[in-house]
This record gives sequence, C-alpha cells and structure tokens, in this order.
Amino acid sequence: MMDFINTFAEIVRLSMFIAIPLIIVALAGLFSERSGVVNIALEGIMVFGAVISSLMIGILFNNTDLSGQWLFIIGMLIAIGAGVVFSLLHAFASVNMKANQVISGTALNIFAPAFGVFLARAIFNVSKISYPTREFFIKKVTIFGLDLSNIPVLGPMFFTKTYITVFVGILILVIAYIILYKTKFGLRLRACGEHPQAADAAGVNVYKMRYAGVLISGGLAGLGGLFYIVPISGNYDPLYGVSGYGFLALAVLISGQWKPGRIMVMALLFGFFAKLSNMTDLIPLLDNMHLSTETLRIIPFVVTLFVLMLTSKNSSAPRASGEPYDKGKR
Amino acid sequence: MKNIWKKFTTAISRFFHDDAGVSFLASTLAIFAGILFSFFLMLAFEPSDAFRGLSIILSAGFREGMSSLGNVVVKSTPIILTGLSIGFAFKTGLFNIGATGQLTVGAFASIYIGVHWTFLPGYSHWMVAVLGAIIVGAIWGVIPGILKAFFNVHEVVATIMLNYIAMYAVSRMVQDFVFESLKSESQSVHPNAVIPKMFLDKVFPDSSVTGGFWLAILAVIIIYIVLNKTTFGFQLKAVGHNKDAAKYAGINEKMSVVYAMAIAGALAGLAGAVIYLTTSGAHISTTYILQPEGFDGIAVALLGLSNPIGILGAGIFLGYIKVAGLYLQTLTFKKEIIDIIISAIIYLSALSIVFKSLGRWLVKIIDRLNAKDPEPVAKTGGDE
Repeated sequence: MMDFINTFAEIVRLSMFIAIPLIIVALAGLFSERSGVVNIALEGIMVFGAVISSLMIGILFNNTDLSGQWLFIIGMLIAIGAGVVFSLLHAFASVNMKANQVISGTALNIFAPAFGVFLARAIFNVSKISYPTREFFIKKVTIFGLDLSNIPVLGPMFFTKTYITVFVGILILVIAYIILYKTKFGLRLRACGEHPQAADAAGVNVYKMRYAGVLISGGLAGLGGLFYIVPISGNYDPLYGVSGYGFLALAVLISGQWKPGRIMVMALLFGFFAKLSNMTDLIPLLDNMHLSTETLRIIPFVVTLFVLMLTSKNSSAPRASGEPYDKGKR
Repeated sequence: MKNIWKKFTTAISRFFHDDAGVSFLASTLAIFAGILFSFFLMLAFEPSDAFRGLSIILSAGFREGMSSLGNVVVKSTPIILTGLSIGFAFKTGLFNIGATGQLTVGAFASIYIGVHWTFLPGYSHWMVAVLGAIIVGAIWGVIPGILKAFFNVHEVVATIMLNYIAMYAVSRMVQDFVFESLKSESQSVHPNAVIPKMFLDKVFPDSSVTGGFWLAILAVIIIYIVLNKTTFGFQLKAVGHNKDAAKYAGINEKMSVVYAMAIAGALAGLAGAVIYLTTSGAHISTTYILQPEGFDGIAVALLGLSNPIGILGAGIFLGYIKVAGLYLQTLTFKKEIIDIIISAIIYLSALSIVFKSLGRWLVKIIDRLNAKDPEPVAKTGGDE
C-alpha cells in the first residue's frame, strides 16, 4: 500500500512539471480571451519570455553574486516584463488598430524565435542559451527549519526534488480565479469578452480592459516560457523553442472550457500522459507492453482529443472573443 | 487647374473606398516596411554587414541567374500549396493550423509508395505516389472536420493535436518501413517516382526544380474555380460567413465543414509529395520537428488575403525571401533575419486599417476643401 502511495506521489510530482507551464500559459490565454482578444501568440510570447529571461539570468549569474532562488525570482520578473512588453504589440494591433487578431498573433509567433536567435547570436555569439538550472533545483523544502518533505503523501508529492515553479504556479492559479470571479475588475473584464457594447454602456472602458487582458496574458505567457525552460528542457535551444507548449496551452484552454478549474484538470491530465514515457519504471503494466517512445508520446494527444470529443458539445467560449470592438457598431 | 485637382481628389477618395485597392497598397507598403525594419535591425547589431545583407535580400533570386530563380520555384511550390490549404479553410470559416500534420502524413505516403511500389510502370509510379499523398492528407484533414462538425471540437485544437500525432507517428513509421539507418532518415524514392521536370529544367537549368510547380499552379486554378465559379464553393463560403444562415438556406453545414477540411488536407498532402518526390536529397528525418512549410503556409495565406491568385503571388514572394536566407548564411546574419522580415510584414499587413483610416481622414479633408463646391465628393461612410 505504501508503495502504491509513493508511486502515485511520484507520478503527480512528475506530471506537475509539464502541467504547471501549461496551466500558467492557458491562464494567460484565459485573461486575453475573457477580455475579448484571441491570443494565438502564446507560443511566441513564451519563446520571447524564455529567451530574454534566459539571457538575463545567464548574464546575472556570471557577473554578479546572485544565485539560487533569488536569481530565479529575478529571472521570473524579467520573464514577466518581457512578456508584457512583447504583448503590447498584440494589444496595439488588436485593440487600437482593430486588426485581425489571428494575423497579429501569427506575426508574433514567427518573430519571437527568430529574434531570440538573432539576439543570442548578436550578444553572445551562440545560438543555444544554457545556464545553471541546477541552481534552482530544490531537494527538500524546509520552512522555518521544518522539513516538509517528511509529510506523508504530500511530502514526496510537492516538497521533494522540485522547483519553486510548482508553488508559484499554484499561487497564480488561485489568484487568477479570485481576480476573475471575485473582483469588480474580473467582472468587467469578462463583460468585455461577452458583450463589449453592454459593458461600454455600463461605463466600462472596453479598450482599457482589453489592454489589461492582453498585457496580463503577456506577462503570464512570458513567465510560462521560463517555467518551461527550467524544469523541462534545461536550456533554450532555438531548434525546439518551447516545443509547441504555447499551442498546447491553447488546447488546454479550449478543452478546459475557458474556466480556471477545468484548465487545471486538463493540464494535469495532459501532464500525466505526457510524462508516461518517463514512468515506465514506475508502472510495471506499462513496462510490460514494450511500447515505442513514439507511441508513448502520441498518447497524451490522443487522450486530449478523446476528452475533447466527449466534453465539447456545449462550448462556452467568450462570445465576443476575436471581434475588434468598434464603438460605432450596434 | 481646379478641375484637375478635383479629379485627383475624387480619384483618391474613390481609391480609399475600394477595399481591394487599399489591401493591395497595404500589402505592398508592408513588404517595404518589413524589409526596411530588418535593415535597421542589421544596422543596429552589425553595421558593417548591413548593406551587403540588404543587397543579398533584394537580389537573391538573381544571384546565380536562372538557377537561383529555380530555387525560388523549389522553395515556393510547397508553401503555395500549404498556403492554399490554409487560405481555402479560411474562406470556409476554418483555421487549419494542421497543414503541417497533413503535409507530414502525405509526405510519408508518397515516400512509402515511391520506395516500395516499384511494380508500377513508368510515369504511373509518381502519379500514384502523388495521389497517395493527396488521399492520405485528405483523410488527415477529414478527422478534425468530423470532430468539428459532429462533436463541436474546435478545429484549432484538433489540428494542433493531430500535428503532433502525425509527427511522432511518421517518425516511427519511417523507422519501421522506409529507413536508411546510416543517415537515420527516409530512403530515397525510386527514380520513376520522382515528379518529372516537365520542361522546367529547360527554363531553370542546374536547379532541383520539378514539375511539382505545375501541380501547384493547377491546384491554384482548381481552387479558384471551385471557390468562385461553383455552387459547391459558394455553399462552403456561405457556411464560413454564417453557419446558421447557411443551414436555413438548406445547405448541409456539417458536411460542408468535412468537405472543406478534406480539400484543405488534400492540398497540404500534395505539398508533402512535391517536397519529397525529388532527386535533390529531400528525406524525412526522424527528429521530432514539425515541418515548417505548414506554418509558412499561414503567412502565405494571410499575405495573399486567402485569395488563390494572391496566395500564388505571396508564395513566390516568400520563396524568394527564403532563398535570400540561404545566401545570407555567408554573413553574420543567418536565416533568422528572414523570419524577422516575414513576421514584420505579416504584422504590418494586419495593420491595414491604418491605411484605411488614413484614407478616411484624407477623404474628410478633401470633403472639407471641396465644401464650397456644389458637387460633393462621393462618400459612403459607415463601417464594413
């Protein structure tokens, strides 16, 4: 029995590394779409955040005394800032210019990886950006001298061999839920995505709210980029970028029906199946089937498709998402 | 004098009331601005190479005469087809991010037939290989079509999932069925399965150009006719504009989605065939990388305004720019600068409203100037 619980805890711990960036970036998409702007640029913003923060962490690590978690936290702030700045382009195009949001997003998606390589080559003469991710690894979480890793079940699940990304991710999920559903700002934001004319009539500045939605989205997606790099890949390789996690997050957002709770469930589900290939030694049944790596890697995508098939009948997309808001239009 | 001025002003105001004219102007300006932007970027980081970089970008297609132009044709053929796939889907109200996956499975089908079905005599071999790619691509497109029509699964998500499934599955199947283990990539196809040059080698000697370009042109013509001259195309477009209204008019809106995705998938599958049915050493590698041509197709479709003829032009333009990327390898700047140019162009073309509002503003001023005249400038006003 104890064995089973430990295995389960280990599975959750591994799944979390995939699920956390997906949750954060799906929430990024949520804020944008709830305000009425489709953000297909999540992938590009992730890449941008990952590149800029990786570069800066590398520079700071080599030139200052900063190290460990403080360096990581500064890196996170840089990633958020980079994402916000980059998403300004999308906000400007889709709010002020009433541009086609898919086109603007596609442009950002193409720009970010190219610019990342360009910048890395121009500054460092390298294309692959790596830095000490080991610095950020936490063996055991201790708070005020208490070793939390000894807690049964929760200890091995959350507090051993982990990164702070997990805690930051959970915190962001909670905060996002509170902002969207328990504050005036959240109500107004959602109104702009459902019926901007009505929101405007009620005195809400639709343009401002949409800017807020896109910029929050940019910050979260930028952070998601860093959270992909640190636990999953360990360096920024332009050949793979963030491996399509921005697009996967978009899938998580849609299959999560634009609701934070469901987004978390879908992300964890995807994370679990995505990590199956690393779990063959944990799950004997899986090991006995002798599946190829490729088969194991296909599984999460097939499962997501099936879940979508069963749950998509009543889609609850924000109604005005993707439509530029025009004051004169009735 | 006054008359000329008036004619001039009316012409301007008329031009800015015409959407197609503005769109064309916007695209052209966007292309210039995009190239200018990349020039400034090069100037900022590597001033000594910037001018050479710019001249390479502008002259790439002619650097080695017709053979360079031949490379432009080679590069543009698949992206014209994926652009057509995505543009066609756009016209029917669908966003086909899955061109990559459809291209990948199509490519595998064509290579499999090209390597193994050597019993096919002469020309029939490449034709069957191309046909196989089209059919398999269409099937891969039908899956998200059915999911969208009958299960309400968003096509963007479904096609993203299918991209990855295709990538992993093809990587596996290449290893199982058509593996060249020394280079860890797919085997070369039988010479009979290579698409013949169809006179293009006379025009573009010393390049790896194939008749695939004619297939792309043929596809452009067929899609143009289907969209603009047939009831079927009209129905698909009607569903794209307003699903409910189309249903009310008696169109089977569910099957329309399935047909549209099948055609989009077939076009992307064909793109896979034209990339790999050549002698130029194109092989599917077993690394986990999504085929870039599928994403380039999004850029082509957007720049070409989803119009088949526009897509042909945009595809050739992007092919040209990509060839420039190959020549840039000799400088400090590598291919990245090309993607930066493309993204800048797409972004600016999204801002076409700037030009439109500029036009409206101009019209307003002209109206005010001509206010004393009894004959007012034609002004329609309103939006959309």
